[in-house]
Amino acid sequence: MNKKSKIVIFALLSIAALGATVFLLRDSNIAVLDPKGVIAQKERDLIVFTTLLGLLIVVPVFALTFGIAWKYRESNAKAKYTPDWDRNILAETIWWGIPTIIIVVLSVITWNSSHELDPFKHLASDVKPINVQVIALESRWLFIYPEQRIATVNYLQFPEKTPINFHVTADAAMNSFWIPQLGGQIYAMAGMSTQLHLMADEPGIFRGSSANLSGPQFSKMSFVAKSSSESDFRKWVNGVKQSPQQLDMNEYAKLIKSSTNNPVAYYAGGEHKLYDKVIGKYMGPEQEMQGMSMYEMDHHAN
Amino acid sequence: MLGKLGLDAFHHDIIVLGGVMTMLLASLGIIALLTYTKRWKWLYKNWLTSLDPKKIGVMYIIIGLVMLLRGVADTLLLRAQQATSVGDSTGILTSDHFQQIFSAHGTIMIFFVAMGLMFGLINLIVPLQIGARDVAFPFLNSISFWLFAAGMALVNLSLIVGEFSAAGWLAYPPLSGLQYSPGVGVDYWIWSLQIAGVGSLLSGINFFVTILKMRAPGMTLMKMPMFVWSVLCSMIMVIFAFPILTATLAMLSLDRTIGTHFFTSDFGGNPMMYINLIWAWGHPEVYILVLPAFGIFSEIVATFSRKRLFGYASMVWALGAISFLSFIVWLHHFFTMGAGADVNAFFGIMTGVIAIPTGVKIFNWLFTMFRGRIKFATPMLWFLGFVVIFTIGGLAGVLMSVPAIDFQVHNSLFLVAHFHMMIVGGVLFGYFAGITYWFPKIFGFALNERLGKYAFWSWIIGFTTAFTPLYILGLMGATRRLDHYDKSLGWQGLFAVAGVGVLIILLGIGFQILQFVVSIWQRNKNLDSTGDPWNGRTLEWSTVSPAPFYNFAVTPHVTDRDQFWADKQAKTTAAKPHYEDIGMPKNTGMGIVIAGFAFIFGFAVIWHIIWLIPLALFGIIASVIIRSTDDETEYTITAAELAKLDSAHKGQPA
Repeated sequence: MNKKSKIVIFALLSIAALGATVFLLRDSNIAVLDPKGVIAQKERDLIVFTTLLGLLIVVPVFALTFGIAWKYRESNAKAKYTPDWDRNILAETIWWGIPTIIIVVLSVITWNSSHELDPFKHLASDVKPINVQVIALESRWLFIYPEQRIATVNYLQFPEKTPINFHVTADAAMNSFWIPQLGGQIYAMAGMSTQLHLMADEPGIFRGSSANLSGPQFSKMSFVAKSSSESDFRKWVNGVKQSPQQLDMNEYAKLIKSSTNNPVAYYAGGEHKLYDKVIGKYMGPEQEMQGMSMYEMDHHAN
Repeated sequence: MLGKLGLDAFHHDIIVLGGVMTMLLASLGIIALLTYTKRWKWLYKNWLTSLDPKKIGVMYIIIGLVMLLRGVADTLLLRAQQATSVGDSTGILTSDHFQQIFSAHGTIMIFFVAMGLMFGLINLIVPLQIGARDVAFPFLNSISFWLFAAGMALVNLSLIVGEFSAAGWLAYPPLSGLQYSPGVGVDYWIWSLQIAGVGSLLSGINFFVTILKMRAPGMTLMKMPMFVWSVLCSMIMVIFAFPILTATLAMLSLDRTIGTHFFTSDFGGNPMMYINLIWAWGHPEVYILVLPAFGIFSEIVATFSRKRLFGYASMVWALGAISFLSFIVWLHHFFTMGAGADVNAFFGIMTGVIAIPTGVKIFNWLFTMFRGRIKFATPMLWFLGFVVIFTIGGLAGVLMSVPAIDFQVHNSLFLVAHFHMMIVGGVLFGYFAGITYWFPKIFGFALNERLGKYAFWSWIIGFTTAFTPLYILGLMGATRRLDHYDKSLGWQGLFAVAGVGVLIILLGIGFQILQFVVSIWQRNKNLDSTGDPWNGRTLEWSTVSPAPFYNFAVTPHVTDRDQFWADKQAKTTAAKPHYEDIGMPKNTGMGIVIAGFAFIFGFAVIWHIIWLIPLALFGIIASVIIRSTDDETEYTITAAELAKLDSAHKGQPA
């Protein structure tokens, strides 16, 4: 096989690979790059910008690698050969310097974006946020709406353009609460309460899941997150309130058991302080008696 | 009497049984072959009890390569599951089995493939490159190797007796705690790593001392070959990092066996502390693996460009900077824990900073090639493949160093694609290049170039096919470790493509096996009669191939960084060598005995066989005492004998 046919075969293979990729992706949703909420939007922009910044180094490195490798190949007797040339202050300053400049720029971006997109930070909005308490169980997600006095399993609904304040814990091994189209994830840990603040810009149905291995039922830890209009949301809440099921401690005891079949479920009323009690399970008796709950503390602090 | 060990430990489903059968048949085959060719005594006397670091190195590499086969076989099952377990289908594996397989895959690939190949190459080459006859503590070296082998044996035993951990390769609690993982799987994980980890720590100390104390006269630190520098940095990191692993595993083990609460969710335990500690070891570990690979590339690029390594001082500083920084970035593995913006930003910035010295190294390699005379032998191809894959993976890494970006890709397949690009593209390609490069020095003949190139191209194409889809899947929201997903997500095609990639990699491995077979078969065609098949630069090429057990008949003197190259340029005719008596360590089987007891100890703790635990401990202590009372651990080769041996090796009449 001569060089030319090798190059042709390589080009054909590349085109075939590209074609196959496009074909496979024809009706897929690249969630992270297709944001439907302000946080995911900013995170996507950050991904694009940082990638371009990185390409400033990567592209020259590739060009240099193949350029140099080709030019100074053994068979090219015309190329200069300086076997003992092994240092050049200027050149070395350049390649310590330029990456440093890029990393300084990146550091500023890192610092600012870490603060701006801190998952614990409340979103600026004129609309009153809604609160959702999230509990990761052994094979499902439990969502509690404390103000609405309802709860759901594996189904989350919220009004569009309204900040959602998630308080997240687990009554199981560690999980990670992630709705890619709305924004990045946060760990769900037993005895801890983490926070995540997201907002959907438009109505839609999004996939959420656990991003952290949490046991045999890990793959089943996915849920539907639906963004709707404010009025649809209210209708939905009223519908759920008609549910005959109450989420009291007995019902909760059934939910925490690992199960392979985890249908969506709706609850109206029930144990008022379930979220705090779940966290309290992991505290010693002293902390439990100290009165103010993690959830309330968060609220007072804000 | 046998603790938790009962007959049900031997119940397996058909796929595990297949694995068990393959393993048993392979072992039986080897035993039969050894018996038929009457090689048992030879094996024991020449290899298993040997304290020659070159032989220990070869044994490390054999285990590493065999474990690579196991790790890739695991991958095949994982991808087969993910390509078929969609919608109503549940694929070929149960969730639990699937989770055991990826836990075993990660554990084996890092601890028994990467670490094995790394310590193998270090054993082979470091003493030769510094002009030494041996390591500082030859017997300790043997213990290290056998502890590594014992850890490897425990991991594989879990396939036959009981089960392996299903909690991922780092076994985060509370999932790895007694409540969620009551079986013996996590205990197998703990004790195989604990035993192998102690071996690694001892090796770290051994080579640290070897490099600092046993260099040939004249070899100042700044005249050491770059591979030796990289190993020195790596060993310093081993010494700092591995005690953290040992302590962390010990605490997890106490939680599981005697009911302490270091890492439980309740009773004041703190699982987040475990995650911090395991990554305080785990992040440096990645650099422990990759720095020697960088060192190998530095040697290869200089040799095959026939030019001095560019920017030596820069390279050394870059290694130092990477080693230091690697200890202050561990939190980037869990930005999503909610540590707060200041903490996340600090660790994010430190992670970005690592890209600077790493980039500097790449530029220095490129400028080593610049104005050189580049020969594209297989090791050089691995280097070029490494630059491409490592740079792309590095870019993904820089992305993830920004916490706000990490929130969106953490624990997704994007992350999986990133770290495989670093560990396969960086670490494994480096070791493959190193094995090809130094093979003739150890065995006296070179590997078949044509098959090596076939293997390289299969690996590169297969690897790209296997991991490009993973980046896309990650951005689509596919998390790692999924054994099932909905059809409507449209992920199946990409998983299938990734699976095809694994098959192409398998083809590459097939070529590598064929390469070994053909090269051994046709060894007379590729004999290295000069000791310097690549026109090398450093001391290892100045001695004959295969390197004799005493490495150098006469200790070399060093005045130049590329001493052997300088000697060749100066064309000095060697003065008649002046031989002196040398002391060499005697072979001993005590390393096997000690590691054997460690293996029994681990097995006893895993299965709660209480009476066996103190017995095994006693065995370890007694063996160490017996060995330390042995005063005759060395023998002398007189100058006259050495002269004879040397002439024979050089093919001259004595």
